[in-house]
Amino acid sequence: MPSLKDLKNRIESVKSTRKITKAMQMVAAAKLRRAQDAAENARPYAERMQAVMSGLAASVGATDNAPRLLAGTGRDQVHLLVVMSSERGLCGGFNTTIVRAARHKIEELLAAGKTVKILTVGKKGREQLKREFGQYFVAHVDMSDVKRVGYDRAASIAQNLRDRFADGEFDVCTIFYNRFVSVVTQEPTVLQVIPAVFDADPEQSDSGAPYDYEPSEEGVLADLLPRAVATQIFTALLENAASEEGSRMSAMDNATRNAGEMIDKLTIQFNRTRQAVITNELIEIISGAEAL
Amino acid sequence: MANTMQFDLVSPEKRLASLVATQVQIPGAEGDMTVMPDHAPVITTLRPGLVIVSGADGSTAQFAVTGGFAEINAESTSVLAEHAFVGEVASRTALSGFVEDARKRAADAEGEHKDVAEKFVADLVHLMEAME
Repeated sequence: MPSLKDLKNRIESVKSTRKITKAMQMVAAAKLRRAQDAAENARPYAERMQAVMSGLAASVGATDNAPRLLAGTGRDQVHLLVVMSSERGLCGGFNTTIVRAARHKIEELLAAGKTVKILTVGKKGREQLKREFGQYFVAHVDMSDVKRVGYDRAASIAQNLRDRFADGEFDVCTIFYNRFVSVVTQEPTVLQVIPAVFDADPEQSDSGAPYDYEPSEEGVLADLLPRAVATQIFTALLENAASEEGSRMSAMDNATRNAGEMIDKLTIQFNRTRQAVITNELIEIISGAEAL
Repeated sequence: MANTMQFDLVSPEKRLASLVATQVQIPGAEGDMTVMPDHAPVITTLRPGLVIVSGADGSTAQFAVTGGFAEINAESTSVLAEHAFVGEVASRTALSGFVEDARKRAADAEGEHKDVAEKFVADLVHLMEAME
């Protein structure tokens, strides 16, 4: 039986924990709104890019002189996996789900006898993958100094990937991120970016007149492919940022609720103990008086 | 025969402009072009330059772009630019930083790439002058 003082201390400490989680939840909510706005703002560009690229890829992709970013190297021996996670913890299952998806894929590739290379974005995923797959790490992108995800950051990651691809370091590049569905649902998503895959949207590819391309279809494609890769990475980063805050918000909401329940329980225990102490004292006084 | 069209300027981070226009001048890769409503569908890449939009209400707006592409069809013109600058002072300083970067890259480049990079610098410098 804990003493009254112990109980009081515990109640106080749980109360201050609740204050912290509550504050974190509110911060996450504000950040989430900003992240969602950013994702929303980026959508028109990404959608247009996607539409144009799928049209182009459909017409040029089949020919022999398609750029290597689109056609690939013709092999799929070396896989580069880009695992995007968060810089900070306390965000529920956010990092675990990505790492689980990545681990699944890595094991599958290794079992098939492929070579795996891993590039991590954000340190939490790196920490989780390090023990098992540390020997496959090739690079790490630190995001801890980034408050708002900017396009420049995505462009530099894309540039890094393209350079590695040009040097023949890998044949296939896949990115892992959490797609933001709602505050409570984030979906781990696996997307192949090199060689680029553009799903032709059946509705859009039919409608509209065929476009003329200047300077030429190949020229436009060669110019746009690097941008399209950067755009895909940018979208993934934004979705990931929104997911992280969403995940953190619901995790902190749960924590706040749990702390509240714990306080209630401890308070009841505290009151009962106090009552027991008072009763005990009374019994002692009365029995003392009777003994006289 | 419509005499206006929808003009959109979007960067990866946000939609910068969306207005109804009567004509749009675009710095296409193979020379400037002016797009009027009911233009044939074209997709062209851009070189650094000014996009000049004449709005339906008689106003004109200028945007400096450093590259990207434009999608043109009968009803609308969309410019997708990686870096686009609106306004005067802020864009000048941002742009001059951009020129420095491009110069450095041009100096490092070799062979065929050097020509491309130098053309890019020349276009940028031209753009800076045009904005004065």
